[in-house]
Amino acid sequence: MQAWAAIPTGIGLGFLEVMFLEQLMSLAREGDRRALARLLSSIENGEAVLETEIDPSDEWKILALTGPPGVGKSCLLDRLLHVWTEEGMKIGVLAVDPSSPRSGGALLGDRVRMTVVDHPEKKELVYVRSVATRKSSGSVPSVVQEMAACLLVTGWDKVIIETVGAGQSEVRCAAVADRIVLIEGPARGDGVQAEKAGLLELADAILVNKSDLPGAERHANELRESLQLGNETPPEVQLVSALKGDGIDEAAALLMGLKQTSRAERARWRERILSHHERQILNHSEFNTILTNLEEGLIGFDEAYTKLRDANE
Amino acid sequence: MDKPLRIVIAKPGLDGHDRGAKVVARALRDAGHEVIYTGLRRTPAQIIETVRDEDALLLGLSSLSGAHGHLFPRICETLRENNMGDVIVFGGGIIPEDDRSALFQAGVKAIFGPGTSTEEMVAFIETAVERNDAGVGSDTDWHWTGLS
Repeated sequence: MQAWAAIPTGIGLGFLEVMFLEQLMSLAREGDRRALARLLSSIENGEAVLETEIDPSDEWKILALTGPPGVGKSCLLDRLLHVWTEEGMKIGVLAVDPSSPRSGGALLGDRVRMTVVDHPEKKELVYVRSVATRKSSGSVPSVVQEMAACLLVTGWDKVIIETVGAGQSEVRCAAVADRIVLIEGPARGDGVQAEKAGLLELADAILVNKSDLPGAERHANELRESLQLGNETPPEVQLVSALKGDGIDEAAALLMGLKQTSRAERARWRERILSHHERQILNHSEFNTILTNLEEGLIGFDEAYTKLRDANE
Repeated sequence: MDKPLRIVIAKPGLDGHDRGAKVVARALRDAGHEVIYTGLRRTPAQIIETVRDEDALLLGLSSLSGAHGHLFPRICETLRENNMGDVIVFGGGIIPEDDRSALFQAGVKAIFGPGTSTEEMVAFIETAVERNDAGVGSDTDWHWTGLS
């Protein structure tokens, strides 16, 4: 079960704050979406830390959809949500978009692609929340894991994380998700691209979107060929078209049935450690001050790093 | 800023012009806020569900079709009915001067026409979130009257 842990500053939550969070939690369980949204904000803002243990089972609870920008992750997810909600599943979506490294602001636009939230019946079975990466690096901020846990304990069956458009080496999503699905598209380079190491090796399934465009089938074949060169059972590569709706039912079934494999286990732990470490540093109370001091040349790099590191020990 | 503000920028009704909404969204992003853009042709109900699910504190409505007199008050009313009276509503687009007082009365706290500087919008937002009577459910008649 869940418990409210001390906030990162170490002060701990007062009685009133815990009461308030408990109240939001029980309202969220009863289906109050505003309470749920508030709860998620508290977690995202670091005002509350939700400690949960999700029962391990062969069925996944959190799935990450990742892939390069513009490959159709949001549109494809919308199609998949239509199928899953048709089957009566309750699904929470955390759609991540990048924050500006300069202003800290963000334009969160994944929701624009979601038609399922307008469907009179299905909308009750879907909760879509846009999440900015804020200060963290990588395609998924580590706080997303707690937000996902919050959705799971408030009655949502599954959580889908749509990552920021991600490049070849972007494997941070392994830290937060039980399964990783890579979305690819046509015209993404020749066969050598498929041979390169990285994200491709961690994917539990690969969907090649835009099958209506020339080159998609060839790209899928190249991916299959490359994956078969390895020693382990290769992940499925399926063609889909979010635009035309081709292959969506099959993809929805494939994703729901993905089994646990050990291929990403080590990488998962590595990413978890890195992600946790990064969050500790970013949550340091003097992080911004230290950055400003560096910028103004008041302190050197070594001093700054030691300060950030030592306070966490 | 430790806690960016979450702002929904919405296009209610049958209106296909979103250049202005995008400029505003971009300006607010550059001011360090998190902006959720709804896309075109949203109904009041859809807009309110977005504000609710995204836990947005502010809602910006853009209309260039002349339907603001119907849509904006309807959205304000629905927010109040749904216990979301703390949401701060502002509007923009082509809103004739004569129509504005009715919108302020309905709960809209600022109207930004063509030529408004992005600095002014950012200043409004910073002022409004500091006040405790800027929500759409508030009884007082405070509204933004421009940069002083």
